[in-house]
Amino acid sequence: MTFLTGWGRTAPTPARVIRPRSTGQVAELVGGAGGRGVAARGLGRSYGDAAQNAGGLVLDCTGLTGWTLDETTGTVTAAAGVGLHELLAGLVPRGWFLPVSPGTRHVTVGGAIAADVHGKNHHVDGSFGAHVRSLTLVTADGASRTLGPDDRLFWATVGGMGLTGVITEAVFRCVPIATSRMRVDVERTRDLDHTLETMTATDDRYRYTVAWIDLLARGARTGRSVLTRGDHAAPGELPRGADPLAYAPSARLAAPPWAPNGLLNPVTVRAFNEVWYRKARPRTGLVQRIAPFFHPLDAIDGWNRMYGSHGLVQYQFAVPFGGEGTLRRVVSRLSTDGVVSFLTVLKRFGPGTPGMLSFPLPGWTLALDIPAGWPGLAGLLREFDGWVAESGGRVYLAKDSRMSAASAAAMYPRLPEWRKVRDEVDPDGVFRSDLARRLAL
Amino acid sequence: MRNALGEVDTVLLLGGRSEIGLAIVERLRPRRVVLAMRGGDEPPVSAGAEAHVPAGTEVHVLEFDAARPETHAGVIEAAAGLVGDLDVIIPAFGVLGSQAVYDADPVAAAEAVAVNYGGHVSAGLAAARRLREQGHGTLVVLSSVAGVRVRRANFVYGSAKAGLDGFAQGLGDALYGSGARVMVVRPGFVIGRMTRGMTPAPMATTPAEVAAAVAAGLASGAEVVWVPGRLRVLFAVMRILPRAIWRRMPR
Repeated sequence: MTFLTGWGRTAPTPARVIRPRSTGQVAELVGGAGGRGVAARGLGRSYGDAAQNAGGLVLDCTGLTGWTLDETTGTVTAAAGVGLHELLAGLVPRGWFLPVSPGTRHVTVGGAIAADVHGKNHHVDGSFGAHVRSLTLVTADGASRTLGPDDRLFWATVGGMGLTGVITEAVFRCVPIATSRMRVDVERTRDLDHTLETMTATDDRYRYTVAWIDLLARGARTGRSVLTRGDHAAPGELPRGADPLAYAPSARLAAPPWAPNGLLNPVTVRAFNEVWYRKARPRTGLVQRIAPFFHPLDAIDGWNRMYGSHGLVQYQFAVPFGGEGTLRRVVSRLSTDGVVSFLTVLKRFGPGTPGMLSFPLPGWTLALDIPAGWPGLAGLLREFDGWVAESGGRVYLAKDSRMSAASAAAMYPRLPEWRKVRDEVDPDGVFRSDLARRLAL
Repeated sequence: MRNALGEVDTVLLLGGRSEIGLAIVERLRPRRVVLAMRGGDEPPVSAGAEAHVPAGTEVHVLEFDAARPETHAGVIEAAAGLVGDLDVIIPAFGVLGSQAVYDADPVAAAEAVAVNYGGHVSAGLAAARRLREQGHGTLVVLSSVAGVRVRRANFVYGSAKAGLDGFAQGLGDALYGSGARVMVVRPGFVIGRMTRGMTPAPMATTPAEVAAAVAAGLASGAEVVWVPGRLRVLFAVMRILPRAIWRRMPR
């Protein structure tokens, strides 16, 4: 038995972990899963308990490797265990880029589909699932099915958190790039309203946009942000002599194996925020590499350890346009309570996919990283859940580690429809995870 | 499932009318609770009850007899059948009795011990089996400082608690690495229904205080919880007090 946690390092549970190497082996293992069922796991970047299965079987899908690129169409066929970092290393020098890249490149293709991940380009390109042309799914009966966007099961699987079966392969389209650099504009805003206004007015001019909120700014400055927006740079924008498609993410620094509890406290985080805000001088046409623009946190290996033994909770929610009041309420409450969130990131979402449990919806999404040991956190986030659900929003399942089943049901109105599809394909509940048990999915 | 912040979804309370047990349920606010109790008793879910299940909780009631160990495993499985994985199991049954009565009636003493110790052994082992299979969950064992060092004033009760405390520690060690845990709770004198009419001992506590300590212990992953916490220090001394002095203790 191996104890597993999500990226937040909270609520560990033991499971038998096996690393299958082929779709056939996955099918065999699913057949012999046992009473506690089976869950698929990739690189363990889900913050909560989505890839844990207490007392049961967990398939470490990183053993499913190999991928190919059709250079004429930019179509990638990849095994589910291939990491986006590996794809980027192969794609970028050949002039292609992932259709969607989340905040870390250390997620697998299978995980990206199961969580229907989104990136800084959601307002333009949608989530990862929107670019998947087909996927191979091993279902509870041991069959291996190839599904396309015309199948209901496809859309129960995209965003379905691995609970319809094990994804073993996927085919998806990439986007052409002329360089491996980004042309970035940085702008600072005065307060939250200014942030929302600026993003609404200018987001459509950029393929990639994101706002970092200084949550510890109070009073009139509440919600002041740094907006970072960019596009893939053209060859002429690169420094003379630069290899246009060079891609070599810098060697990673490692966080210490242990960090004292309370390292990230109001004093240190306030100091960091102040420095970060001031450092972000308004600039236009800054040329940046892919890694620092898309995956700044990947520069520090195991940054989650900085939160000490209690771990961290990421609270990411989305509210539809018109629900800005909820956003203001949450930000102002966190700000007045002085809640330490090391990273507070705001994004504007475009239309969602037909994924029944997919997270993105047209509106806003805010993500907060909070130390799990923060006093009173359970009650505070429970209160937020209520506000979010009331405004027609939802909490991201791939990040969740503490929501109640009732909240999940209130936030995901298509849950009954998803359950119906799931029950047809897995009537005995072979696919299970701690997340599924906790949220009674 | 217990979540990242230590909140629990389901609780099984063996001895569904226990004041301390219900105070713990009230404090933990699980989504679903199973009250296992003697048949015919009214479930304590009304607002007027001395200790009750909070409104909004899904309540199930099962028949349970602490004195019939052969039924205990079945009750635990039935509870899991009703609410799924059991996050917290609290065997909260027991009788206090009076040493004078036990002195006069050895059979009554043996019966009390059968419940206070034997019943907990069968229930505890059955609970452990379930939690081990689940790979998670906590068995909250309500021991007592009375079992830490047995006093002449209530040595029948105290000896059963001493046995229970040792059993719980051993079971906790046996479960180590399985994902399931045992948390031993050692309250001092608890002012409540069970001790009505008795003069409270120094550092007396209440069911609500025990519940708060249990909730904190669950959140922090404690193996042993003393209520109040300073009893731990007191009993570090009491344990090594010479017996000649200990036996003269007034109560």
